[in-house]
Amino acid sequence: MVEKFDAIVVGAGPSGNSAAYTLAKGGLKVLQIERGEYSGSKNVQGAIMYADALERIIPDFRDDAPLERHIIEQRIWLLGDDSYIGTNYRSDSFNSERPNRYTIIRAQFDKWFNEKVREAGALVICETTVTELLRDANGKVYGVRTDRENGEVHADVVIMADGVNALLARRADLQPELPPENAALAVKEIHFIDPALIEQRFQVKGDEGVVIEMMGKVTGGMVGTAFLYTNKESLTIGIGCLISDFKERGIAPYKLLEDLKNHPVIKPLIQGGEVKEYAGHLIPEGGYKAVPQVCGDGWMVVGDAAHLNNAAHREGSNLAMTSGRFAAETLIELKKQGKAPVAANLALYKKKLDESFVMKDLKKYKNLPEIMHMSPQFFSAYPDLLNGAAHNLFTVDNVDKKTKENQILKSFAKRRSLFGLVGDAFKLARAFR
Amino acid sequence: MSMIKVEDKLYQNRYIVDENRPHIYIKDAEVCASNCKSQPCTFCCPANCYTKDDAGGVNLVTDGCLECGTCRVICQDHGNVSWNYPRGGYGISYKFG
Ligand SMILES: Cc1cc2nc3c(=O)[nH]c(=O)nc-3n(C[C@H](O)[C@H](O)[C@H](O)COP(=O)(O)OP(=O)(O)OC[C@H]3O[C@@H](n4cnc5c(N)ncnc54)[C@H](O)[C@@H]3O)c2cc1C
Ligand code: SF4
Repeated sequence: MVEKFDAIVVGAGPSGNSAAYTLAKGGLKVLQIERGEYSGSKNVQGAIMYADALERIIPDFRDDAPLERHIIEQRIWLLGDDSYIGTNYRSDSFNSERPNRYTIIRAQFDKWFNEKVREAGALVICETTVTELLRDANGKVYGVRTDRENGEVHADVVIMADGVNALLARRADLQPELPPENAALAVKEIHFIDPALIEQRFQVKGDEGVVIEMMGKVTGGMVGTAFLYTNKESLTIGIGCLISDFKERGIAPYKLLEDLKNHPVIKPLIQGGEVKEYAGHLIPEGGYKAVPQVCGDGWMVVGDAAHLNNAAHREGSNLAMTSGRFAAETLIELKKQGKAPVAANLALYKKKLDESFVMKDLKKYKNLPEIMHMSPQFFSAYPDLLNGAAHNLFTVDNVDKKTKENQILKSFAKRRSLFGLVGDAFKLARAFR
Repeated sequence: MSMIKVEDKLYQNRYIVDENRPHIYIKDAEVCASNCKSQPCTFCCPANCYTKDDAGGVNLVTDGCLECGTCRVICQDHGNVSWNYPRGGYGISYKFG
């Protein structure tokens, strides 16, 4: 006989773990299936973890979650060929009892989270790939097929938490394939290094950490960003650009990563580290307009699989955790009211998303992906111009300041017409408004 | 492009190899050789799994695959990549991620 569950959760990333944990705590009979050797073994992130989203699921997570450093300083840098100009924000108030952001190592963090799911009472099966959704003649989902022998399992609802490739939904025609301009490919490395060097180079002590987000010359004009994050005894460095840009420009991702590591302002920060892993992963960057249908008869999609990712603010795991929690809470509520998990009732999940920061934030930036794509100057000319301007201004020579100012203005107008500049500023301001 | 040895990077990674069961394959070698001028898979794959062969086609070895999905997304015009995850438990197994 085929075993039957209240819910099957496919995937054990942050979205799947949040869903399975919440469901199990709510007393439902849950099966979670993960294809990796363990939860986290397939997962890649920068990685900044936002405490609030997790706190709403596991309030005392700080007691035993594997956290690296809490972030006390955020830097945003525009890189020129051999320089950067940027902003730093550092505050001692981030050293509070309950810090707001941490760096984490996903393989360890996900494993910990998945332990919590098991403790809460869900049945977790790893090393098993779900190959397809089982649907009846009306299209209602009633279970999944896995690559195990006799690997069919049934449930009232299947929650797809299978990440950005979302093979299950795509193969069931519930979602179109990702267009290359709606996903970024990111590559990253982890460099192990003496913590004393981290403290010295980033001016931190104890578990304090610094994160740097970068734009500019290193992406070769492609739409993309780079990052350098401090962990306890390691640094994470990575770079990601839209797949469509990689395709068009003929640039290899690992070449960008090497260029970034060799950039004169980055190199001294990572010097002396030992590379222990190289990773690659996609990030859904299509924003609000790319979010597919998120639920139907007997199914829901959460996290990256539902394209819930805020590229403008580099938030993903918190949207994943929040959507996983909403999906679970929806099922718990329906169960209490004795309502069937048909599309009309599951629509409560969509409502919860719409009313939360998840969809509100995505909606706010709904035009940003197109603007970025159509305005390569944000990623090449502007970082260059601003670096040049700073260089000019901070070089003390025989030239008076007024002349310097004019030179800077001229350099801007030469690279991009005044109309272009104003237009860009306007477009960007609107996209962020 | 071969200045950077991707192999050296992949060497750091842990893989659980499913011998003789590649999870990704090229459907029709002729399409790569004749219909695809730019062959983006040969430079976009972060693990360098795809290489140009002498006959103008593309050769695929999935051993170092990071299971990112880029080659599937990039080959949509031709739809010439049959893309699957490896069997459960096999493939890349990140220690850090
Ligand atoms: C380089 C990089 C940097 C990032 N930085 C940040 C950051 O700093 N902060 C942040 O908040 N977000 C960041 N993100 C985004 C964040 O990683 C994602 O939004 C988040 O991981 C999504 O969680 P998820 O659970 O939806 O998907 P995933 O974490 O991708 O989990 C999906 C899970 O499903 C499993 N799976 C897939 N298919 C199947 C199947 N068929 N059968 C069984 N199991 C399956 C996978 O093995 C995996 O464990 C970053 C992403 C990348 C790539
Ligand atoms: S999935 Fe990614 S790493 Fe694997 S072959 Fe395709 S592009 Fe290369």
